[in-house]
Amino acid sequence: MVLMLFMAAMAIAMARVRDLFAVVMLSGVFSLTAAAIYVVLDAVDVAFTEAAVGAGISTVLMLATLALTTRAEKASSDRTKSLPALFVVLFTGAILVYGTFDMPHYGDKTAPIHSHVAPRYIEKSGDEVGLPNIVTSILASYRGYDTLGEVFVIFTAATGVLAILGRTRRRRRNEANEDARPATGGPAADKEGARP
Amino acid sequence: MDGLNSFFEPLQGAWQAFEAFMLSEGSPGLFSYWVIIALMMAGFYIVIAHDNLVKKIVGLNVFQVSVFLFYITMAKVSGGSAPILAEGIEQYSNPLPHVLILTAIVVGVATTALGLALVVRIRNAYGTIEDDEIQAIEEGEDA
Repeated sequence: MVLMLFMAAMAIAMARVRDLFAVVMLSGVFSLTAAAIYVVLDAVDVAFTEAAVGAGISTVLMLATLALTTRAEKASSDRTKSLPALFVVLFTGAILVYGTFDMPHYGDKTAPIHSHVAPRYIEKSGDEVGLPNIVTSILASYRGYDTLGEVFVIFTAATGVLAILGRTRRRRRNEANEDARPATGGPAADKEGARP
Repeated sequence: MDGLNSFFEPLQGAWQAFEAFMLSEGSPGLFSYWVIIALMMAGFYIVIAHDNLVKKIVGLNVFQVSVFLFYITMAKVSGGSAPILAEGIEQYSNPLPHVLILTAIVVGVATTALGLALVVRIRNAYGTIEDDEIQAIEEGEDA
């Protein structure tokens, strides 16, 4: 619980800070705190995925983006936009809090979520799949199609990133060639343009 | 210093009473959901109130993590242990949301990577990653 409040404070800090480097670092710490909370809530597999992927890879990707773009957020944020936004956010939050009054309480054993397929997985997966880790059994066996779909999503994302960024580089190379040709001309400019 | 302490003491007392009530048996037991909603709304605010595209993606990440936390808190059973079969453990937490979130974390990073690639591309095309400046450039081109 205390960790969660800590996360809330960090989220607010992320909204306030203008230095994007600090924001990205805060979001890394945010993910790591989330991982600690997952351990407390018995989700160890989720915790180390979050620590490795959420806190690790995401942060590296964001830092790479900052290196390619710019580090500082523009200083003058217009006040006309943030007040309606705050109103919308508070309104949505109030509706969501109203929605939680029908939720099962934290840690409740009789919550509907625990009464469908989950008990079967817990009782039978040891015999049917033979792995002690139930999460792995479900991920790779019972819900293998989910994981296959996940692989497709990652493949699509990787293709997309390569398509977007690869094109930029090629275009920039062409521009460099066109700029350089009138000045120096010939193969020297081409060679220079080939290494952006 | 004394003045400061006398100011904070009732506040601290009130907070401790609130925390004790929320964590005690028979409390609403919904406190974790409310913190998650606060987190989610913080992410939502970052997405809609800021013009910087990198910051918008950070906000989306905050939103995402709060949804993950929501699922994982629902999976928790009090007195339960991590869903790894072992001798002498009767009560396990629900493993199904863990699996779903495991998949969602990886997919979330994939979408983040795609979004960041788009940011880099936008920066190359427009020279800025501020939403309103991009709009101004667009309108200038149309006119």
